[in-house]
This record gives sequence, C-alpha cells and structure tokens, in this order.
Amino acid sequence: MQHTFVAYVEDKPGVLTRVASLFRRLNINISSVTVGSSERSGISRMTLVADAPPAAGHRIMASLYKLENVVQVDDVGRFSSVSRELALIKVATTPKTRSHIFELVNVFRARVVDLAPGSLMIEITGSESKIEGLLQVLNENEDRVLEISRTGRMVMRRGHHTSRVLEALGDVESQNGTVPEPSLALQEEPDEFEQKP
Amino acid sequence: MTRQDDRKTRLTGAEILWATLEAEGVREVFGYPGGAILPAYDALRKFPIRHILVRHEQSAVHMADGYARASGRVGVAIATSGPGATNMVTGIATAMLDSIPVVCITGQVGSKVLGTDAFQEVDITGITLPVTKHNYVVTRAEDLAGALRDAFRVARSGRPGPVLVDITKDAQQATAEFDFEAAASEKAGSHPMLNVAPQGILEAVELIRSAHRPLILAGHGIIHSGAMNQVRALAERAQIPVACTLLGLGSFPASHELNLGMMGMHGESWVNHSIQEADLLIACGMRFDDRVTGSLATYAPKAKKIHIDIDPSEINKNVTVQVPLIGDLAQVLDQLLPYLRPRDGSAWLHAINCMKGDAAVRDIKNLPDDGHLYAAHVINDLWHATSGAAVIATDVGQHQMWEAQYYKHEEPRSLITSGGLGTMGFALPAAIGAKVACPDKEVWVIAGDGGFQMTCPELATIAQEQLDINIAIINNGFLGMIRQWQEAFYDKNYQCAPILSPDFVKLAEAFGIRAAAVKTRAEVMSTVAAARAHKGPFLINFLVEQEDTVYPMIAPGAALHEMIRRPSKDPLVETASDI
Repeated sequence: MQHTFVAYVEDKPGVLTRVASLFRRLNINISSVTVGSSERSGISRMTLVADAPPAAGHRIMASLYKLENVVQVDDVGRFSSVSRELALIKVATTPKTRSHIFELVNVFRARVVDLAPGSLMIEITGSESKIEGLLQVLNENEDRVLEISRTGRMVMRRGHHTSRVLEALGDVESQNGTVPEPSLALQEEPDEFEQKP
Repeated sequence: MTRQDDRKTRLTGAEILWATLEAEGVREVFGYPGGAILPAYDALRKFPIRHILVRHEQSAVHMADGYARASGRVGVAIATSGPGATNMVTGIATAMLDSIPVVCITGQVGSKVLGTDAFQEVDITGITLPVTKHNYVVTRAEDLAGALRDAFRVARSGRPGPVLVDITKDAQQATAEFDFEAAASEKAGSHPMLNVAPQGILEAVELIRSAHRPLILAGHGIIHSGAMNQVRALAERAQIPVACTLLGLGSFPASHELNLGMMGMHGESWVNHSIQEADLLIACGMRFDDRVTGSLATYAPKAKKIHIDIDPSEINKNVTVQVPLIGDLAQVLDQLLPYLRPRDGSAWLHAINCMKGDAAVRDIKNLPDDGHLYAAHVINDLWHATSGAAVIATDVGQHQMWEAQYYKHEEPRSLITSGGLGTMGFALPAAIGAKVACPDKEVWVIAGDGGFQMTCPELATIAQEQLDINIAIINNGFLGMIRQWQEAFYDKNYQCAPILSPDFVKLAEAFGIRAAAVKTRAEVMSTVAAARAHKGPFLINFLVEQEDTVYPMIAPGAALHEMIRRPSKDPLVETASDI
C-alpha cells in the first residue's frame, strides 16, 4: 500500500540523508520525495511517498521520530487531504499536431509555457492521476514525449488543524489503531480539478 | 569582575571540549591520540580529567560502553580522524544495539580541506550514521559546546544510545566564548508518540487481573529506566513469575522466588515452556529479539501481550501486542501499580516448578564428577567464590551463555555483555571501563580463548593503569559456539573452529600480570581465591573440556519449546560407573 508522510525537519545539512537512510534500512523504496521551506523558519517540509505493507505506517512514523532532526510527522494518507503534483512535459510537434495538443492542454487545464519549432512544453498541476491522464492521451495520439519532469506528490490536510488537534487525534490512534472520522470542518469537498477527464 | 563576565570566558575549541566534558560530569575518558585530535590532547593537562590510553580505538569505545553499563553514567571515548575513527565503528555499533549512552569524540581534518581526501580524512559521520543515535560535525569553535551538550542529552535521554561528535582540527584551535549554561541543549517539544493513556493502564490492569498464567519478561529497559523496584512490586503484588532476557539479568534478583531465570535460545527449559504456556506476557523494556522468541509464528501462542517500552518503533515490530504502553518504564509502572490488586499465583507457580525437575536431572552441575573440567563448573565455582557480588564482563559465545546460566546476578549492572551485536573481544575492554567507573567493585572478565585474542593487547592498558581486574579465560581450543553449531547443523564439519592460542600465562606475564593455569576442578577454588587475594590484575587460564555444548539450545527457526536438551546419556558428561 502507498503511505504518504509529511515530515517537518530541521533545515540542516545531512537531514535528507538521514531520512533517506531510514527508508533504506527498512528496505522500503521511496517513490517520491519533495522538500522545501515551510511556514516555520529553519524548518523544512518533506512529503514522502513510499510503498510498504499497511502495518508499516506506524513503524515508519516511529522511526522518523527517532531522528533528532525530525520535528513532527503526519501520516496524511489516513486523512482527507489535498494532493498535488507539478509536471513539465516536453512534446515533439509538427505544424499539424500543434493544434490538437493545444486542445488537450485546455481540456486538462494545463498551460503551454514554451513553444519552439518542433516542440512545446506543457506545465500541468494536479493529482497524479490527472498527469498520468494527459500522458496517456498524448501517447494515444502518438505525440512523442521528449522529456518529463515531475515534482512528486505534495500533500496538505484539509481544513484548519493546529498541532494540538493533531496531538489529540494521535492519542486516539495510538491507543486503538483506528482512524478517527474527520470532523465537520475536515469533510471532503468536491474538487472539480480531481475529476478524471 | 561580575559573575556574568566570569562565565563568559574565551577559550580555544580544545579547551571548550574539555571544559564542557568536565561540566557534564565526565571524570574519565578512554582514548588514543592522533594528528587531527592533537590540539585537544595538548589542552588536556589543564583539566581534571583522567585519560586512559588504550591500545586500539575499538577498545576505547568498549571501555566507554562498559563504563556506562557499570555506572549508568555516559561513557566517553576519543580518537583521531581516519583510521582512529573507523576503528571505533564496531564499538559504536555494539553500544547502539544495546542502547548504551556513549559519546564518541573524533578529530577531523581542517574544515578548509574537508572532502578533499586529505591525509587521514574519512567521512565518519556518514559511516556511523546508521549505528549512532545521532552525530555531529563541528567546524567552528563557537558551535562546540552546544553540539557536545546536545550529544550528552541525546545519548542519555529516551532510549539511550551512542552519539559521535566529529571536530575539525581548526575548530579545536580557534577561540570562542565559552558559556556552559547558554549552550544548554534543548529538545523541541516532547515526542508525541510517547503517551500512556489511562485507558491503556486500565486495560493492562484488567488483563493482569484476569490472567491465570501471567509472566513478566524482564529486559534491559528495567535497568536503563531504574525500574527495579517497580517491577519487583508488580511481580510480588500480583505473584507473577519473572523471566529475564540476557541483558535483563540482574534487573530482578536471581535468588528471588519469583525469578525463573533466562529465556531464549539458551534459556532455561522451564522458562521457555512457561512462555509457550502463558496466557499473558508483560514485556518490560525488552524488544522480542529473535534470540528470545525463536520462531515468531509459534511464539507464545496462548498469550495476550502487554508491551511497556520507551521506543514506539519497537511496538508491534516482531510480536503483535494487545496493550502497548509507550513511555519510561518506571513512570508507566508508577501509574499502573496503584490499580493493581494482590492476586494468587500459586497454581501457576507450582506448575512451573514441576517443569524444573527434568532440567535438574540433566544439569551438568548435578552429574557425577568425571575428572573433566567443565566451563559450567568453573563459572558456578566463581559465583560461589565471589558470593555473586562481582561485576562480570563476558565476551561472546559458549562461555557467555554458561555465565548467564550459572552466575546468578542479584544486582543490576553486575553483568556486562554484548547482547545485540554479539561483539567478540568486548569483555576485556568493557571490564576496564567497568573497573574505572566502579573502582571499589570486584571486576572479573570471563572470555573464551577466541574472543580474548581479539582485544588482548588491552592487557597493557590494565598494566599501565594498574587496574585490579581478574581474568578467567575459558579455554577449550575451539571457537566453541561455532563448533557447537557445526556439530548440530553442519555434520560436525569443524571448519576453522579449532584455534591455537598462545600460552596465556606467559602472555600475561609478558605484560607484567600474574597468571596461573587450571586443569582440574580441584584447583578452581584455590586459584580463584589466589586471584582475589592478589592486589592487582590476575589471569587464570582454565583449560576446559574441548567439545562441550551449551544446553538447552533452540535451532534457528524452531519454536521456543522445541529445545535441544542435554542428552541424559551423554558419554562426555557421565562416567563409566553411571552407565
């Protein structure tokens, strides 16, 4: 199963190695990792996606907390959250194919950010399935994809939660292993952007 | 001069190093000088810290480790960059696997040449990343006090462990303001996974109340947490028998009527049977290591489990538990004990007692004397001679298991042994650390002829430091545990198991250490008495039966109750007159 963790870590040299080394030791492959600055100064936010057995979530989280540089960990896969990925896709074009690629780009609410003789570059933001969808259709049209660069998943939990709320939720989880229902404020809202074309 | 000015003094990085160690309460360090750490050694004379010069950096860490295990204080080892640092790795991993608070300090090449393959440069923080609890590189004198104070906090807090601080040569030479108080280490927030909900306590109490065949599994965490009294109160009030892990020996008095002895691969047969029969296991500061569970699929099939541990990552790692209580053991038990009512455990205790009979018949101690000298006899006699009050450092192998079976530990911190990593060569340096930490205690090394040769140059350290340590070499001419496995699982193909040793008596004498050899049972007590009476180190070379086997034994992958037992008609242990 796919686990998604958000980890707040100290912005110091070697921290990425420590986190990566932990997954290596557990023999778990990291499918994607994104790191950047967070709302707290000196603290980076990491989103880690990894394939591991369902029961491994607790152990990974506990092991992350054992790292001195890790400040807070959230197993967001278990909660209602917004997940986004950014991709840049360079596609080979001819004067004939250009217009239908523009149509596809519009349907996917993507943008063309570079246009050159023989190729163009698409910027697309969305869930992974949306990006996969665009790539599939491009392939179906036999448009040659020259380059793909994807950021990997970024995730943020829905609604407003403070660390105190997190702590309270954490209490319940660690005791009986169940996931609490999201409160009303955390209810899922329909998201037009996540609809698969 | 105001008090404020007094605290803020300008020192070199080297001086800050020692001043911080001194203020952290360090009185002794174990180390070996070298180029990149020489500025620190140059400043040492200004500080009231005793430096014990070792013969190999691995031993320096084992000494710091033995020091920490014997005293509960943080042990400190120091070495230079490159080979000095890499030599430490085995010692660090040993401390990591057994959760021992050790701070290792290494010199490093100057910060300007970091990463250039300079002479004696090695990326020691990279190398030790998976075997330290945390590590630091310090390139500026002003960062040194903070990093060191962090290192001490990390080493001793939570589940303890080794921490390495790598200090560049220029950071030792530069000057900075030193303010010990300002450099105090602070941890951002508490661990959110550490919590013991009242609900969990009540569930545990209910499980204990309703159990018919409960068992306490006593681990190393009891000693780390200082929860000896709480565990004893739990056992006595609820009349629950106690089984110890190897590192848990001493956490519960061996002579206590509720103490069953050691569990696991070479544990007592009745202990392993009790675990398999139990309907409740209360795991206190232990981690269900593969050496105590046997096959996980068949482990304690009838038992519900309560797991009390400070490390959340240990919960449900090997064995699924019904009630995890994550926190400091003493604090958790302090919360639990007020709810615990006395209960009657006599039927279960009687059932366990009945299981002991068979083991007693097979016990090598109870077999008639056949003129051979057995390791078990030596260790049993040593226990009698020292009234069970000595601090024993053991190596790894057969003698280690016999020690665990036949030396009865009453007190915590009286057995010092490498459990998790199983590091041969550990005993001698660890005993040095223990003796330095506890100079008033009687310290014995029990080592095999194989492991002893791995670190025996430390005899010179003993001689130089004039340490009163007694050494018992259990010499069977084999790498005994290897031979035992080859006998049991490799058709007696004793490949590379016979090992030639020097004459250990002459070896000791070459170091200026008194020594004697013992070949018969009759000589054991008198020679041990001579060693104890002698002021100063004494080595005894016990030439024991060559092909003896540790029983019981659980084959790898077998269930805990499927033990290989000592054959009751073993020609080795029975004389012709008994057949």
